[in-house]
Amino acid sequence: MVYRIVDPFNALRDFQQSLDSTRSSDGFGRGTAGSGAFPAVNIFSKGDDCVIVAELPGVNKSDIDINVRGNQIRISGKKDISYDDGVSVHRRERDSGNFDRTLTVPIDVQSDGVSAEYQDGVLAVYLPRAEADKPRSVTIN
Amino acid sequence: MTPQDLQVQEKRERSEETGEKTEVGRYFVPQTDIHESADALFITMDMPGVGKEHVDIHIEKSVLTITGTIDFSNYEDLKPIYTEYNVGNYTRSFNLSSKINKEDISAKMADGVLALHLPKVKEATAKKIEIQ
Repeated sequence: MVYRIVDPFNALRDFQQSLDSTRSSDGFGRGTAGSGAFPAVNIFSKGDDCVIVAELPGVNKSDIDINVRGNQIRISGKKDISYDDGVSVHRRERDSGNFDRTLTVPIDVQSDGVSAEYQDGVLAVYLPRAEADKPRSVTIN
Repeated sequence: MTPQDLQVQEKRERSEETGEKTEVGRYFVPQTDIHESADALFITMDMPGVGKEHVDIHIEKSVLTITGTIDFSNYEDLKPIYTEYNVGNYTRSFNLSSKINKEDISAKMADGVLALHLPKVKEATAKKIEIQ
């Protein structure tokens, strides 16, 4: 009997392996914005559903807009960085500005079931697959 | 300044020159802003995905090291189908000058952004000199 040892880094390894195939991947066809658009996203499948994850550190929850139409998801908003007057800047690596990105997912989304979560600077958008789009198993008579 | 459109910044992986890590997993260098006011230095770092309880800040001699670890359990039942960025832990070190009061450093974490407040020692705060 073969025992499978549960490795907490399994998920990460799977993830990184799939990352290596990123360069040859063309995303999900053409959206209104190509790859390289902000924010960078990772898309996961969770059962039948899709999850879009993006890193948006320091963005106000209320400054993020998510719109769903058909199988297109638009994520837009702005990131503000403000410092007190009179401070001198030694190093500036963080960017502020607007972002607007539309993604196309390969499933039909049940738009009233879409939910989003923003925690620790990471946005996750859950896209449930529409019932009509789910594969159905057929029994043979 | 008019707001500009944000660009994706490639994540910089930590170089091995500064000492290798013995733990599993990748380490990235978080994007950091450093600002100085008359009486303090402010360090602001983007560490998306790092919760307050997963940040470790310590000072050894005059080196301030910040390490943020990612909780990968959120990704357990997710299967990646398309990826544009990598996920990993964050680490960065800074040499502090003797002008910083090391006892009174404070930190805040919100929305994946760590804000450090490093007060200067009394003697180092800027003084205005009157001409007699």
